Amino acid sequence: MISLLSFGPDGWGRLILSATLTTLLLSFSALLVGAVVGSGVAAAKLSSHRAVRWLGESYSVIFRGIPELLVIYLFYFGGSGLITQIGQLFGADGFIEAPPFLIGALAIGLISGSYQAEVYRAARLALAKGEIEAAVAIGMPRWRIRQRILLPQVARYALPGLSNVWQMSLKDSALVSVTGIVELMRASQIAAGSTRDYFSFYLVGGACYLLLTLLSNRAFLRAESRLGRAWQSRTAAQH
Amino acid sequence: MIDFAFLSDTFLKLSAALPVTLGLFISAFLCGGVLAVGILALSAFARGYILVFRGSPLMIQLFLIYYGLGQFGVIRHSVFWPFLREPFTCAVLALSLCTAAYTAEILRGALLAVPPGQVEAGMACGMSRGLLLRRIIAPVMLRYALPAYSTEAILLVKSTALASLVTVWDVTGVAQQIIQRTYRTMEVFLCAAAIYLILNFIIVQLYALLERRLTPVHKAEKKPSPAAKRLSPEENKHV
Repeated sequence: MISLLSFGPDGWGRLILSATLTTLLLSFSALLVGAVVGSGVAAAKLSSHRAVRWLGESYSVIFRGIPELLVIYLFYFGGSGLITQIGQLFGADGFIEAPPFLIGALAIGLISGSYQAEVYRAARLALAKGEIEAAVAIGMPRWRIRQRILLPQVARYALPGLSNVWQMSLKDSALVSVTGIVELMRASQIAAGSTRDYFSFYLVGGACYLLLTLLSNRAFLRAESRLGRAWQSRTAAQH
Repeated sequence: MIDFAFLSDTFLKLSAALPVTLGLFISAFLCGGVLAVGILALSAFARGYILVFRGSPLMIQLFLIYYGLGQFGVIRHSVFWPFLREPFTCAVLALSLCTAAYTAEILRGALLAVPPGQVEAGMACGMSRGLLLRRIIAPVMLRYALPAYSTEAILLVKSTALASLVTVWDVTGVAQQIIQRTYRTMEVFLCAAAIYLILNFIIVQLYALLERRLTPVHKAEKKPSPAAKRLSPEENKHV
């Protein structure tokens, strides 16, 4: 068992370690994609235009209502189809596969975005209205309000929710293994298949995911207490 | 451009697989609920269980059960083998174990939300523990847990798509079967996505109905007192 996990030529340690890094990178890219999309969707849902609000709502319904696995399949095959067609325009023939990492990050990112949108929306609604009014009253330009009043506070309110979304993306990233990227899930499958020791390798893979969630949970708690410290000292100074 | 005959044909074929998806969902939902209550009762065990099953992806849990357990002779020769050999029961087992962890956490939150005054009042009336649980704690808990429980049900419906990875012919599995014969990936997957969306929509509506039923405020509106009836018989007809 130990020799199977070693880092030598016969061991699977190196593969699993590099796959763990791929999983982290994939989830992190997805988180970034989701942050961009999610803040856009949150803004759309809070918009005063009915049509824009409707667009935001439909995005949520679609990406939160379809199984993650299907979203990944749709992106993988749809993306490959699109690239193949573009390739044919430029004279290439045959099937061109979409880069799996990009597709995976995009698919997980868009799912993550639909959940992040809710987090940002709730955080924006938690913000006291008086603060914005005060900033407007002293004549702050809109972008400065956004930069100095909105962003810092929305970030703080959103952090606990983001921690949940991050863990969800981390677990969803296992599904990207169906496109053939060697991330943690796929690496466990490869190792399990070649050694016929399914139980141990899936157990090791699961333990790696567990470790990642535990560590990231701790990191988020730290970030929360850091941001909360600034918060506390400010409110303490006021009293 | 759009081949409606093919789409409707695919839709029908996929709908034929709906009983499998629903079967997965309903059995996992019920088993998960029962398990969750059991887990909640064993508080020391609960923390570890919830941590492990929420911290690792469902896909790895499923593969661990389906591929991993079969490698042990003890299990292959046990009475459980006829069940563990079947992909369907393995999928139900993995889904129930996973959803139980999330449900236990939801129930825990709901239990903490039960106002202590109500429990104390029940105790002051001399209610026994069983009666207290049945008449006060369980109904209040159920009402508090409902919104989060509906989210969990949606997540569970989406998770059933994973069963297709262990050769269960649910909607996603049948979609892949059709694709292997027709090579029309996008149309088939979009059809499958539509089916899941409709299914989730129905579940959300059912929960909303249940929520309305269990909210006492609305009940009072529905059943006006006899005095009110006498005052305005016309209006009550419309209510």
